[in-house]
Order: sequence, then C-alpha cells, then structure tokens
Amino acid sequence: MKASKKPDTAFLFDIKRYSINDGPGVRVTVFFKGCPLSCKWCHNPESQAFKVEKLYNKSKCIGCQSCVAKCPSNALSFSPKDGVVTDFSKCASCGACVIICPTKAIEMSGRNYTYEEIMKTIEKESGIIDSSGGGVTFSGGEPLMYPEVLKELLQQCGNDGIHRAVDTSGYVKPSVIEDIIPYTDLFLYDLKHMDSEIHKQWTGVTNEFILSNLKLVADHDKAYHIRIPLVKGVNADDTNLTATADFLNSLKRKPEVIGLLPYHAIAAKKYEKLGKVYNEDGMSEPTKEELEHMISLFKSKGLHAQIGG
Amino acid sequence: MFEDLKTKNQVPERQAFHEGNFYTSCTDRPGMNERIKSLREESINTPASISIERALIETQFYKENYGKYSLPVLRALNFMEICRKKEIYIGENELIVGERGAKPKAIYTFPELNCHSEEDLQVLNTREQQRYTISEEDIAVYKKEVIPYWKGRTQRDRIFDRVPEEWKLAYEAGLFTEFMEQRAPGHTCLDGKIYKKGMLDFKKEIAYEISNLDFLNDPEATDKEEELKAMAISCDALILLAERHAEKAEELMKSEKNPQRVKELKKIAEVCRNVPAHAPQNFWEAIQMYWFVHLGVITELNGWDAFNPGHFDQHLIPFYTQDIQNKSLTKEQAKELLSCFWIKVNNHPAPPKVGITASESGTYNDFTNINIGGVKPDGTDAVNELSYMMLEIVEELHILQPGSSVHISSVTPNKFLHAAIKVIRQGHGYPSVFNPDVYIQEMLRSGKSLTDAREGGCSGCIEVGAFGKEAYLLTGYLNVPKILEITLFNGVDPVTGKKIGIETGKATDFKNYEDLYHAFHAQLTYVIDLKIRLNNYIDRMYAKYAPATFLSVITDDCIKKGRDYYNGGPRYNTTYIQCTGLGTVTDSLSSLKKHVFEEKTVSMKEMVDAIFQNFEGKEVLRQRIVNNTPFFGNDDDYADSIAVKVYNDLFDLIDNRPNGKTGGKYHMNMLSTTCHNYFGNVMGAMPNGRLAGKSISDGTSPSHGCDIHGPSAVIRSLGKLDQIKSGGTLLNLRFLPSLLKRDEDVAKLGSLIRSYFGQGGHHVQFNIVDTATLKEARNNPEEYKDLLVRMAGYSDYFNDMNENLKQEVIERTENESF
Repeated sequence: MKASKKPDTAFLFDIKRYSINDGPGVRVTVFFKGCPLSCKWCHNPESQAFKVEKLYNKSKCIGCQSCVAKCPSNALSFSPKDGVVTDFSKCASCGACVIICPTKAIEMSGRNYTYEEIMKTIEKESGIIDSSGGGVTFSGGEPLMYPEVLKELLQQCGNDGIHRAVDTSGYVKPSVIEDIIPYTDLFLYDLKHMDSEIHKQWTGVTNEFILSNLKLVADHDKAYHIRIPLVKGVNADDTNLTATADFLNSLKRKPEVIGLLPYHAIAAKKYEKLGKVYNEDGMSEPTKEELEHMISLFKSKGLHAQIGG
Repeated sequence: MFEDLKTKNQVPERQAFHEGNFYTSCTDRPGMNERIKSLREESINTPASISIERALIETQFYKENYGKYSLPVLRALNFMEICRKKEIYIGENELIVGERGAKPKAIYTFPELNCHSEEDLQVLNTREQQRYTISEEDIAVYKKEVIPYWKGRTQRDRIFDRVPEEWKLAYEAGLFTEFMEQRAPGHTCLDGKIYKKGMLDFKKEIAYEISNLDFLNDPEATDKEEELKAMAISCDALILLAERHAEKAEELMKSEKNPQRVKELKKIAEVCRNVPAHAPQNFWEAIQMYWFVHLGVITELNGWDAFNPGHFDQHLIPFYTQDIQNKSLTKEQAKELLSCFWIKVNNHPAPPKVGITASESGTYNDFTNINIGGVKPDGTDAVNELSYMMLEIVEELHILQPGSSVHISSVTPNKFLHAAIKVIRQGHGYPSVFNPDVYIQEMLRSGKSLTDAREGGCSGCIEVGAFGKEAYLLTGYLNVPKILEITLFNGVDPVTGKKIGIETGKATDFKNYEDLYHAFHAQLTYVIDLKIRLNNYIDRMYAKYAPATFLSVITDDCIKKGRDYYNGGPRYNTTYIQCTGLGTVTDSLSSLKKHVFEEKTVSMKEMVDAIFQNFEGKEVLRQRIVNNTPFFGNDDDYADSIAVKVYNDLFDLIDNRPNGKTGGKYHMNMLSTTCHNYFGNVMGAMPNGRLAGKSISDGTSPSHGCDIHGPSAVIRSLGKLDQIKSGGTLLNLRFLPSLLKRDEDVAKLGSLIRSYFGQGGHHVQFNIVDTATLKEARNNPEEYKDLLVRMAGYSDYFNDMNENLKQEVIERTENESF
C-alpha cells in the first residue's frame, strides 16, 4: 500500500509569476488542479478535474496533422472546420500529440511539480515579493483538497519568511481548515451564495461547510479577504447580498477586504479548448450602476466593499 | 480567481479619451492657462518647415572668407554672422523667447556637413510622413546659391570619398549605420555652470588661458590661441543674439496696445540684456539663459540629440526658492515659465536628413531628455518641488518634445516614483525611468570622478554621460543579428549574394556549437574593427573642419585645455558603438544550439536552407522553433547565458579601445532607437523563426512577443547582464492601461521598477496602450493625430511612424497577467 507514504509532489496546472490580483503586493500564485465545486461561471474550467486534461487551441493549429499521424491510439481526426478532434473513448492521454505539435495548439493541463521546483520559482520572484510586500498565494482548483501537500508548502514558505495566502472555496472538512490556519497568513475566501439550495444549483455543492469554516477562520482571529463573484441572475441581488453582509457582520473578526468580482464571459475560449460547452444561460454581467448599488448596500451595513480582489 | 490567465484583452475597458493619450487639439486644449494653451496649440498645429536662412548666410560667408582665418575662427565668425543676420522672432504670447529659424518649427539646414539636393528638398516637401514644407521659390534659391558651392566641400563628401571598399559593402548591406555622415557628433548635456557664469565670465577665463599660453615650449600654443579666440567670438555671438531679442521686444512695445503685454515685453527685454552676458539672477533669467545656450548649440551645428539641460530641477531650484521667498514669483508663474520652455523645445524638430529616400532615415524627434529627480552631487536625494512641477507639466502638455525621464535611486522617495508612474499610466510615452545607482557606477567604471558621475545622467535615449564635461559621441548602430546571419553563409550576405564579411567556414562544416560561435566571434571582430577604423577618421575630420567653438565654451575643460569639443577638449572623451538585436541574436543562437547541435532534430543544412528560403514550405519547422526554443526574457538560463556571453564579448571587443583623443576610449552602448526596423528590413530569415524583413529585437528587450512569463521574468533575464559594463541598456515593457487603474497597481509597478533596479537595471520604459486602440489609430490616422507612442528609447507620434513600426507597436507583448 502506498497510501501511508507522504506525497512529495503537488498536482498543479500553473504557477503564475507577477500576480497582482491575488492578495497584497506582487505574488506568485500556485494553482492546484482539482476542485469539489463546479461553478457554472468558472473562469478556470481546467482547474476543476483532478486529472490531466488535454487542451486544444484551434486558433493556434496550422493543420499540419502531425498529431493525427502520430497518435498510437488512432484517437485523432482532422477537418478544416473543427480542426483536430479527439475521440476521448480512444485517447489514452499518452501525450504523444503534445510533443509532436509544432505550435503548442495541443497542451496537457496538469502535472506533478516537486516541492523544490515550486520553491525555486518562488525564490526567483523573491526580490519583487520583498519590495512590494507580496508573497505566495495557493489557489486552484481547491488547494485544501491537498491538505498534506499544502501544509508542507506553507511550512516551507513560512521558514523562508514568505507571506502566505490561501485562496479557497471553503468547501472542506473543518479539521482541514483548522489544521492549516497556523501556517496561513491570509485567507482569500470565496462566498458564492447564502442560500444553500441555490448554491448547490450553481456550484454543485451546498454551502454549510463553507459558512461554518469561514466562522472558524474568523474565530481564530485570522486575517481574511472575502471574494464574491458577482453574477447577475445568480447572486447579484439584494436579498443575497444583504444576507451576505449580515452574515459577515455576525462574525467575530471582520474581513480586511470585500472584493466584488463582476462576472464576465471571458473564459468561453477555455471551455472550447477543453472540448466543453460553455453554458451562459441565466448568467450575465452586472452593470456599472448595479455594482455601485451593491457597494452602497454593503456600506449601509457598515462594510466596505470594492470592485476587484 | 476571476483573473483570466490566457486571454488577451480585446476590448479597451475605458474610452481612449479617458486614457489621456488622445485629445483633439482644438476642442480639448491642455495647458494651465490661455497663454500656455495657445502656445501649445500653435506648436502642435504649425507644420515643420525648412528655413534656408542659415544656409544662405553661411554660404555667402564661406564664399567671402574661407582661407582668411584659421578654421576655428572661421567657424566662430560664421556663427556670429548667423546671430547677426538671422531674423528675430518673438511670438504673441511668449515669455521665453528665441527660435532657431524665423518662426516656430522652421528648421535650418547645415550644408557644410551635408547639403540637401534639390530632390531631397522636393521629397521633404511632399512626403506623407514627417514632412518639412519648403516653397518652390526657396528650392530654386537653394539650387542656385547653396548647392553649387558645397559640392565636394561637405563633411559627407569628405567621408564618402575616403571610405574603403569593404566598409562600403558592409555599410550598404546594413551591418552598421554611420551617425556622423548626416549630423555632427553631439550627444551631450549641460551641468550647472551657466547658472553661475555668464558669457562675459567665460570670456575672462578664455583671456586668462590665452595670456598663459607658452609660445616658447608648447608646439600647440598657436592652435590653442586660435581655438580660444574662436571661443571668445562665440561668446560675443550669443550675447549679440540676446541683445537683438531685447531690441525686438522694445520695438514691439511701441506698437503694443495691451498694457499687460507691454509689461511683459519690457521684462523680456530686461532679461535678454542680462543673460546670457551675465549669470542669471532669478528663475525667469535662469530658464532664458539655458534657452539661449540651447539655441547657440543647435545653431552652430546640428549635433545629434540637439542639447539638453540635464538635471533641470536641480539647477533651477535655488532661483525658485529665492524668488518664492522674496515674493517676486508665484508657483503659478514658475509653472507658466517652465511650460513656455517646454513648448520652446517642442518647436524644434530634428534637422531633416539628406538622401531621405533611404529607409533608415526619418526621425522627427530631437531627443532632448530632461532629467528629473535622481541624486545630488553629494549622493543625497535630489527630488524637489520643481521635480513634481515638471511631472505635472509633462502630464498636462503631453507634447513630443522635450522627452523626460525620472531618475529613481535607492534614496528616491516612493512618493516621487508613484507620482511619475501616474504620469506614465496616462500613456503619453513619458517619462522613462532610469537608475542612478547603476549609471553612476557605469561612469565610475569608465573613469569619471564620483562628483562628475553624480552630476551626470542620461541623455538622448538612454546613453550615460558626465554632464557638462564629456563628449560622448554615438557613432552608429551595429547589426549584431546580421553578423550572425553572414556567419551562417561564410561571410556572404544571403540577401544580396555579395561577400561582405570574412570567410569563417561553411556552416555545414561546424562540428559543434563552439565552432559556430567561434566563427561568429571572428565576424564580429572583423566588423567592429572596420567600423572603428572609419570612425576615427571621421572624428578627425570634425576636429579639423567643423570645430564646435561655442559648445566648447560650456564644456569643461575645453577652455583650460585650449582644445575644441571635437579635439579632446572635454574632460572625458567617449566614443560609443550601439549594439542592437541582443534578443534576436540570442534566440537564434539558442535555436541552433538546441535543435541543430544538441537534439539534432534539424540538420544545419536544413536550417540554413530554411532561412535562405524564408521558411517557405517549412512552416512546421518554423513553428517548432518558435514554440520550443528557450528565448531571452523568460528567466531561462539556457537562453540568458547565451545573451550574457554575447553581451560580454561585444564589451570585450569594443570597450577601452583608443579613439584617437588623449585618454579617449570606446565604450559599448545597447540601444536601437528605431534602427531595429531598418536592420530587420535588410535581413533574411533567422534561425529563431523570425521571417525576412521583420524587425529585429530592440535595445536589450526580448524579441517581440517572445517573453511569455511576465515582466518579472523579463527583468530577471535582463538582470543577468552586467549592465555596469555598458554606457546604457534599454528595456521596453508594454502595459495595458487597464492594468494600472488602481493606486495599488501603481505601487506594484513601482515595486517592479525597484526590483529591476535592485538587480542592476539601467533603464526601463513603458508603453501604456491597448491593441484595439492602436488598431483604431492605424485605421483612422486623422482622428488620432496626437497619439504619442514611446518605443525603443524615444517617443513619436504613432501616425508619423511607418507601417512596420506601427505593426511592431501593436504586436509587442501585452503583459497578460495584469
């Protein structure tokens, strides 16, 4: 049995340097792959599955068909209209097409990174992290789905004196949150909806864990930012936002920042690359006036909200 | 997590107008008051024109006097003649006075250096971009009076009559350019001396040196006496020019009805009677003092980069403080006077080149670069109230000239850095950002004293110099990627089939990467030697035939040495060769190393054939190269170590070589201005996948679009170059305006700059634009007349650039993570 062995790698889909929207200062953002939620508006659809996924970018494809010829499983076909089409029932995810593709139109999303590799990337950014008051942000996907790996990385960063943020949906067992609180300097905590049923309808899961875990963070007097993806038709209404504000006001410690992240259909291209259909039904972008209204709604409850994280 | 990681921003989030880089000059008139608004408007709307006044005065003078005097005295008397006869202009609302020509934007020609042909003038008058108007009548006069006399007598004739065949082949193929065939070597800046001494004080110093000449023992005593006499004449010439402005102001007073304007004219006359004869006594006089000196320098000769007041905020602050204290000046008046000065500089586009059909020609900008902030001579923070005022003016006026730069040392407060970034984010292209902590070390390394180094700064694009004490002549760009190109063809230019280099062996015979690099190094050595040999000759021709006797007055230690600016007179004498295309050459070497020699996925023959055929039918190969090669600018040691090697080898081949002046040395510079475009035009495809004719990389920036790991990876790559060895490097970063919206974004960009400078960066500049806006500007040039774009060391109007340059600006990497 391998189960007892401690993991020595992290399953990520990206590490982004010079990240300026994920916490204070300039940061390195480490994106874990795999998420228990499946929000319909998700901007990183490749972050959802806990496995390696193939991405195909048709606009990069020059139609050379080297991949079609190379595929050992005969899973690929080509037509000028659709480009390279993968028959996933045959595809063995061997990656031969990725290697042969001259334009990187085919890529694999998700691989195991060693701790050393991750720490080295963070170290390269340390100059600007220090001068900007930045740090590292563990995001995803859901980083808390990998508690052992995350804890190890948080500890290593802590040893190097690097500020640590964890960007989470909060949908994990309370013990997981409790376990990493001592090694985390800041939580970036997402709140999607206060009504559990509606939450489930749009994200696939209920919100009880999420709310109780946030209470846990606040009870531990740990610094946190609230991030609310504002989707018109889903959660950008007075009822939900009033409930959100009341909930935040009931907590022992108030959030440092409440960031409103207006929905945008910008990720449609990513769904296409994954071979998924992006269903925008019922979702739209709040107008500028609506955003202003929401900010004043929070203000009337004594909370300062802003656009952007 | 709402940040999109891969998709570029297609739609501008704000209207272009709100970005501040657009305005219609007639409806939205920037400027602090009506005077500044109207002066600015006039400056922008007046078309550039050719004034033949100087050429006529000079030709007549040469006809009558050539041979009667020593050359320095002849040149000084010629300068005097121009100051005596030129038309004097004082504009309606002006406070700071003086135009080189007879009106704003009327530009002189300099036939003693290169004489425009009739065809040149016709093309200048009719071409679409950077047009200089001239009347048919003036062309006829020029053809009759000017052109015949200068045939065979110009500096350009002297140079081209003398060039060796192999130089000519290399020059025509575009292995390098030659600065001094078009304009006088210039590139200098002023220190603080003219705020303490007037021309009469300089004359006293000159007289003292003449009285001390040792005619018994010093073989150069006679030459020195002639040079010193010429300097004294030049001082008188500038005083005369100022007095004529005083007289003009008094004459205008007589017919002026507006009592307020009468008062102003009276003041102008008073100022012009005091400066430049005497040291300035107040803020107004200090600015006017500098402006007369500037006019003197750009009238005497057409030196590259015009001229530059250097650390203007530091020079003016004592006058400002004094006038504010004694209540003779308000903050508003100070800003108004400075704004007047700013517009004056904008009234003076660069003198147009000859042979203008050549694709390499054509910049409009005269590179006056005001240094703001930085350090004082004692190393402490120099930022003062005027530094902020100047930033305000840059933001308000957003005109092409003067360029401005902020100097951010470790002692510079963040408040100033952030104020500068707020101007940068408006997208006017200015200011650029320099690092005194590094450039002072650059100067110390090349032999300057600590105080002289700290009084120095950056002029033109990015080149470093000891202001007021150094002649630092830029002699031309070196096309480093093309040198690699001919290495792959055994010294033959694949574009023309001509042999322009030496034979270093067939590429297919190179057994390993070291063989290839060795051959490349041999070609580099050959080309650099070729360039230096002719440089040294041209240098002597300037010393002999075109001494700059006025510039010598104000450059230490010309008076003390009794030697001209071009003849080793300055305290420091530097000659720069500007190396271009570090990104392109690095990426090409990286591609050859990886694909041909290490992984052997492509044979050398296949690679050479592919670039020879411009990758036709080889798109799969090209894509594999473009997408699977370590490129410079990604913090990848594989590529970055190649860049470091090439950089160090260029340094070893250029640095510290004698330049023919006592103690004078060559140093390496790393900039391209717009030349990366011309150089790309004369090249075939390259092993990095770059297609024939496409621009090469600019300055020390990564190849366009090849930096895909964000700005912090770019600065890490650049940080690996030991920039202290250079006389300046250049990094362009492009940002979308939406990425600098919040104040915290400003602080984060500030950290990026500080981080780069902490790693030894010399310079960085930002293009704050978005693609959609630029495309729109390209399609509707009329509506975007005022769009300024900063690239590769200078700012220009987007619509004055050619299609290639426009395309380049659009393609340049957008930093997606913002």
